[in-house]
Amino acid sequence: MELIGQQFFNLEIMQKVWPLLLRGLGTTAYLCALVIPLGLAGGLGVALISLSRRRAAVWAAVVLVDLFRAAPPLVLLILLYSGLPFAGINLSPAVAVSLAFFLNSSSYYGEIYRAGIDSVAHGQWEAARSTGLGAVPTIVYVVLPQAVRNVVPDLVSNTIEVVKLTSIASVVSFPELLYSADMARSLTFNSSPVVLAAAVYVVVLWPLVRLVSRLERRLAAH
Amino acid sequence: MSAWERFVETFFKPAIIAQYWPDLLKGVLVTLEIAVAVVFTGLLLGLALASLRAYRIVPVNALIVVFVDVLRALPPLVAILLIYFGLPSVGINLPSFVVLWLVLSFVLAAFAEEIFWAGITSTPKGQWEAARSTGLSFSTTLAHVVLPQAIRLGVPPLTNRTIAITKNTALGTVIGVGEILNAATTAQSFTGNATPLMMGAIAYIALFVPVVVLGRWIETRFAWRRA
Repeated sequence: MELIGQQFFNLEIMQKVWPLLLRGLGTTAYLCALVIPLGLAGGLGVALISLSRRRAAVWAAVVLVDLFRAAPPLVLLILLYSGLPFAGINLSPAVAVSLAFFLNSSSYYGEIYRAGIDSVAHGQWEAARSTGLGAVPTIVYVVLPQAVRNVVPDLVSNTIEVVKLTSIASVVSFPELLYSADMARSLTFNSSPVVLAAAVYVVVLWPLVRLVSRLERRLAAH
Repeated sequence: MSAWERFVETFFKPAIIAQYWPDLLKGVLVTLEIAVAVVFTGLLLGLALASLRAYRIVPVNALIVVFVDVLRALPPLVAILLIYFGLPSVGINLPSFVVLWLVLSFVLAAFAEEIFWAGITSTPKGQWEAARSTGLSFSTTLAHVVLPQAIRLGVPPLTNRTIAITKNTALGTVIGVGEILNAATTAQSFTGNATPLMMGAIAYIALFVPVVVLGRWIETRFAWRRA
């Protein structure tokens, strides 16, 4: 028991590595602030393409979305980070991570928006168009607001997954929270820094997890 | 050498494909084994926890809620590193594939518990009352009346979640589980060529595109709304 306390909950070590972890948390926050808006925007783009009348464009979007949903994000990241240099393209860890996340999360967010758009009754389109609104204003002012409202729980839930996923950036030495904690672990020969990092993730994400549960229940009640 | 030849030479070199495809295939088998094990234990454990929660024993339910919330908020890679590098220091040595299997099963169990529990709570009260009044016990009602409906309701949301968690088998490469990504990066470092990585990516896509497409079909097929 004492050994467990010393190896996993060593307060002295936690105190010592806290500044390092805090810097890692800052980098994680910075990364999230970059990749979440990128993914949301990319997903919206994908969903809008699937509304297009050009079948080739729609098919291309479906194929790309399925490809990037099938490839594990870590595989995508390593392919970009370790594979592209062989073709003479050297990406920094930050760029490789952003690009991998953009491709992956655009696909997931895109599917969510698409489900939201599908959930808007067809009469809404027809009513909007018959009052003289053009196709674009109909999408922007009538369809999208309702579509997004219907899938808010899924959007939040996917955003939690994206935040959790930023931890894989540690594999390409991007100095985010998990990387900092793992560095501290190998320096101190003690697992307490990783326990502390785990606690930080849980403390930050737990309110969002609760929020998703509540949103899902409220939507189910309708 | 033309640009095209250089591209093929870098990402699809035939000699390397010929040499390393058996290694990659071994990786595919490892990925499949762990994926099947995770889906099986994760869903079963999730169902068991949701059923247990239906008995509404306060301390037990509190534990279940904490377990579920923590595992939904914790990145799996953090848990994997923590268990794999932490436990040996207190004298417990688990093989890397066991660590991967345990962590991913627990994560899937947490999500599955929430989904099955939502199904259990959405079963109308009248069904419980009707079943109980015909003389069925609480457990029989749960097993034969409520759970079949809860499982059916849970299929669409569970499908995508299960696929996403199964793809996390790739995280095993960080602790040296010999799955596809691990076989690919090992071969890449031996050959100094990107072909093995490309083979790994293709292997994953070949494995998971059918699953993603099947998932989309299941979602529409099982979409079931109670009147």
